Amino acid sequence: MTVYVLCFALFLVGVYGVLTKRDLIKIILSTGIMGYSANLFLILFAYKKGAIYPILSKGEEIKAMVDPLPQALVLTSIVIELGITAMLVALAIKLYEKYKTFDITKIRRLSG
Amino acid sequence: MILPFFVIIPLLAAFLITLISGKKDNWAIILSILAELSVLVLAVFCYFFKLDDVFVYSMSGWKIPYTICLVQDALSCFMLIVISTIALMSLIFSVTYIRHLVTSWRYYALFMLLVTGMNGVIVTGDLFNLFVFMEIALFSAYALVSYGRKAEEFEAAFKYAIMGSVSSSLILVGIAITYSYTSSLTMATIAETLKTKPVEVTYWLGGLFLAGFGLKAAMVPFHAWLPDAHSSAPAPISSMLSGVLIKSLGVYTIVRLFFNVFGAPALFGTLLLVFGTLSIIVASFLAIGQWDIKRLLAYSSISQIGFILVGFGVGNFLGILGAIFHLLSHAIFKSLLFYNTGAVEMALGTRDMRQMGDLRKALPVTSFTSMVGSLAIMGMPPFNGFFSKLFIIMALIKAKLYFVAFLVVGGSILTIAYFVKFQRYGFRGDRVIEKDMVKEPISFGMKFSMGFLAVLCLLTSVMLIPGIREAVIDPVINVIANKTGYIQSVLSGR
Repeated sequence: MTVYVLCFALFLVGVYGVLTKRDLIKIILSTGIMGYSANLFLILFAYKKGAIYPILSKGEEIKAMVDPLPQALVLTSIVIELGITAMLVALAIKLYEKYKTFDITKIRRLSG
Repeated sequence: MILPFFVIIPLLAAFLITLISGKKDNWAIILSILAELSVLVLAVFCYFFKLDDVFVYSMSGWKIPYTICLVQDALSCFMLIVISTIALMSLIFSVTYIRHLVTSWRYYALFMLLVTGMNGVIVTGDLFNLFVFMEIALFSAYALVSYGRKAEEFEAAFKYAIMGSVSSSLILVGIAITYSYTSSLTMATIAETLKTKPVEVTYWLGGLFLAGFGLKAAMVPFHAWLPDAHSSAPAPISSMLSGVLIKSLGVYTIVRLFFNVFGAPALFGTLLLVFGTLSIIVASFLAIGQWDIKRLLAYSSISQIGFILVGFGVGNFLGILGAIFHLLSHAIFKSLLFYNTGAVEMALGTRDMRQMGDLRKALPVTSFTSMVGSLAIMGMPPFNGFFSKLFIIMALIKAKLYFVAFLVVGGSILTIAYFVKFQRYGFRGDRVIEKDMVKEPISFGMKFSMGFLAVLCLLTSVMLIPGIREAVIDPVINVIANKTGYIQSVLSGR
């Protein structure tokens, strides 16, 4: 149970960062943290204590096995997050070129 | 089976465009229009010949629940037709509009990826696959919003991307919890398992999904990104985002999950009513204060999404009919109005209503079609917007929700207010714009797509004539209203 609570705390760290930080790079990192905790949730749900990898081979007894599906899902979602982060960093570079600052409170030509 | 082709054709087109088009964009235009036309033809074929059947396509021959399945029923066919129509018209509109910005094949490749993502979200029957397709659509949406390479566009795209990734994380956590609870990712088996479990569990899952997908649908507490992103994008992309993206990623997924998978608990109906009414009222007031025509239209999108959510929230036959029909009619007239702003921006070089004036002489087609679109969104009788709003209000009165009905009527009066402003200052103002003040002429393709959608504003009202309605819209309503039908038809199709 503790580990789930810690994982949720990690998610909240990400939310806190997105809401309060003013630096573009820190905001990008915070969204990354939210993504990591989502992935960690998936892995934790699949984990069983003392279980083995789910590959059958001759002469081996079938004991408790780890659920392999979340690992596949996490691989996919890591790739997606890589893409998102690259996109965000590229946008941050372009924003720096245009506004000469990384401060989100100074980047406000759109309002109303 | 034609189901996978809704994803394959646009995806293949996107890759072919990057391969064969050199520096020019001719091949990209031909390929993308061909691909979108064939998707439209396939969708129309599915809609009119296979409407009452449910088709399930299991990828690589595995059986449900081990496979990723694609599901085609009346609701998904309906959404596919809406998406393909608007996408085809936007492509025809963008030919000259995008050359006026930057000539590049990249626009068409990204556009095709956007269509791939949306079609995928519509046809998939697997929760994680839905997430993946949603990310494909959002990726290309971020890139397309910043396509004009101005400072404001990068700013809007950055805000949109941050909001999008926050909501995607929420959805991923929701999917993880759903999987750990039901041991399945296929929506039909999830629904079957959840039926036997206590209803409180669906409340927790539903909360996560409502926050995640509500952000994509821009319901009012989650709406802050929409006016920036939709008003900064190039006009045909604004029409794609406002017309279909928020509906396919937001409203469609909310409806599919809450009605077909969670079995529509009464709490979620109430929540949709509350958020919908809030969206209508708040966004209408914000829209009245705008002077930028695209921002006004973007706020109006939030308020019209509110009407759709209220219709689904009531949950009776009339409400769902009104919501489905408003989804279609809003896609048509909002795209039309965004094309109009694109044409005005190209011709006059401004989006500020105070610098516009009487455009009837200079841009006759644009000002006429904008009048048609405005009348439709205001809810004037022969146009489609009237009927959809009428059905939603009738449904509210039938369900004895008089206060909500009062607020919704108030919202539609506010809609009239800000579109009267739009017409009075933007297209029929005091300062007469002569023909020689136009910087760039409006091409035939732009006129064609505006005219076509203006005709559709009138023609779609025909769908509500009794006799045609039973054949065309009722199967779609049945999919939503019949809570267990989705589970049975998908699982029996395995």
